[in-house]
Amino acid sequence: MMASGQTPEVLFWVGCAGSFDDRAKKITIAFAKILQQAQVSFAVLGSEESCTGDPAKRSGNEFLFQMQAMQNITVLNGYEIKKIVTACPHCFNTLKNEYPALGGNYLVLHHTEFLQQLINEGRLTIKGGTFNGKRITFHDPCYLGRGNGIYEAPRELIHKLDSELVEMTNCKSRGFCCGAGGAQMFKEAEKGNKEVNIERTEQAIEVNPDIISTGCPFCMTMMTDGIKMKNKETQIKVYDIAELIAQANDL
Amino acid sequence: MGTENIIFLLLFLIAFTLFFRNATKIKRNIFLGKKVIPEGSKSARLKTMLKVALGQSKMTVKPVAGILHILVYAGFVIINLEMLEIVIDGIFGTHRIFSFAGSFYNSLIASFEVLALMVLVSCLIFFIRRNLLKLSRFRKPELNGWPRNDANLILITEVFLMSAFLIMNAADATLQQQQVQHYVQSGCFPVSSLFASSFIGLDTSTLIFIERFCWWFHIVGILVFLNYLPYSKHLHIILSFPNTYFSKLKPKGELNNMESVTREVKLMLDPEANPYASQPDSASQTPERFGAKDVFDLNRIQLLNAYSCTECGRCTSECPANNTGKKLSPRKIMMDVRDRLEEVGKGIDKHGSDYRDEKTLSGNYISEEEILACTTCNACTQACPINIDPLSIIIELRRNLLMEESKAPAEWAGMLTNIENNGAPWQFSQADRLKWSEEN
Repeated sequence: MMASGQTPEVLFWVGCAGSFDDRAKKITIAFAKILQQAQVSFAVLGSEESCTGDPAKRSGNEFLFQMQAMQNITVLNGYEIKKIVTACPHCFNTLKNEYPALGGNYLVLHHTEFLQQLINEGRLTIKGGTFNGKRITFHDPCYLGRGNGIYEAPRELIHKLDSELVEMTNCKSRGFCCGAGGAQMFKEAEKGNKEVNIERTEQAIEVNPDIISTGCPFCMTMMTDGIKMKNKETQIKVYDIAELIAQANDL
Repeated sequence: MGTENIIFLLLFLIAFTLFFRNATKIKRNIFLGKKVIPEGSKSARLKTMLKVALGQSKMTVKPVAGILHILVYAGFVIINLEMLEIVIDGIFGTHRIFSFAGSFYNSLIASFEVLALMVLVSCLIFFIRRNLLKLSRFRKPELNGWPRNDANLILITEVFLMSAFLIMNAADATLQQQQVQHYVQSGCFPVSSLFASSFIGLDTSTLIFIERFCWWFHIVGILVFLNYLPYSKHLHIILSFPNTYFSKLKPKGELNNMESVTREVKLMLDPEANPYASQPDSASQTPERFGAKDVFDLNRIQLLNAYSCTECGRCTSECPANNTGKKLSPRKIMMDVRDRLEEVGKGIDKHGSDYRDEKTLSGNYISEEEILACTTCNACTQACPINIDPLSIIIELRRNLLMEESKAPAEWAGMLTNIENNGAPWQFSQADRLKWSEEN
């Protein structure tokens, strides 16, 4: 795109999970299809994208984080990127909050915010019907909710699906972590009496939902595993908000 | 000025001198931490303080404890207006010096009485919640021993102080009825009048004794309590104000950037840089330790956080790690920092300002197991009623563990190597990043 002199409206930062994790790739595809339907011109960095460094920073390896960040910033600034959208709250938080100190200044949006904007601008409409009468609960990703104060964008999207939003007792600013953050995704948990994702899954099952929705590929892994452990895969599905919209619009 | 007044004045001066000495020590201990530039503008920080500390905006997330706390807090602040009168009366031997204000004074005294009753009842309920109800945040192991006694001692003291205040008023009102000299007709006693009838049969000298005893008990109690603060979790009644003033304003998700690392990384990535060239600014400095191993490596706001913590445990009761039986408790992190800092302070008192013992915060107080269990979810920082940030301390401890001690758990070491080599935490090739686009 750069080569042909075109400037995309937005850069879609796919992230490691969105690129490599089989389940998360489906979120990437769903979101890309929505972007195409809304006729958004977007670009991806492909093989030039690299880990933002979030798990390095949160595990305590600031060196590796800054190495990653500075390399990514060189690439992003090289392409003169102004606006980034990502479906991963960890990439979102890092790009938005932690890159400016290292020379990377971009307008960064989480995909739920971006989709909300597309709807508000009339560029995207969600067909009701598919989820009519379904009970959907939303699991707040820590780095979207508490980390950056975004609670409403995903919920407004769920309302647009003509479904019933049921809230867990621990929601919004009191949302309970899925257990993956702080680089916990990449190691076994310390000794305890329960896994964090099981606790969160039980909290979700309590409100008897048809669908657990979320906006983070790591929460996706944790909640999907939790539902499997609880033998509820047939009754309760776990989807990213982008996947729900893609399904509603028959994409 | 009689002997009584001289004794009062002496007690008053001794109490404040002692308090000032201990407060200076606390300030010295906090200043053992690294200098830090506070975030944001003064007005933004002031706004946070007014909202969170003065306005108690985060307390009512837990409605029962929150409302009771607001009653005690309001009582504490407003009843302390009475202190001014007590001090003047004490020094000059007057009685109810402000009673000339007439009905305004009466309504003030009436409101103090109502508040005193509310404080008394709230403290009794707090005591029951803490000791009889099985509330899990008051049953955690880090509260065993002194912390639990400290909490109960505070509640009992407040009950006694408020009782003394009300009994004093009841005796005073009875003396006023008997038109005893010195006891001017003033005040309005909606609460103490409820039990003042039991004093009616007593003779004047007994009543004066009760009134004087309660007056002295109340004021001496307050002066003792003031000097108890530096040793207690109750210090939060003072420090929550500066603590909220200096609290984080940036998005919770953002972790601070390590400037010292930025300098080195820039040097590594810059092909023109000469690694052997002497750095004008860093050559004279001793090399900085990465992350925190001891309290000296934390910053002053983090140490202020530790002294401000009142060990309510809201952080721990929201922590996903603690809720699933892991050893990590954000409250314990804060208590450990304070305990270690106190220990360091005592060493300095004894052996001089350069004294360092063999112990460290990480290792002797906080274990690797605790440091590694955090999901960085910010539930603790959200829950804290006075914006304490245990997460920032946990991250500093991790940085030290990873970058200085090279103690990454094996799985993390693998993850970090993957990021370094293929730009992803898993073993996938960077060249395959676009493969999703071929799938459907």
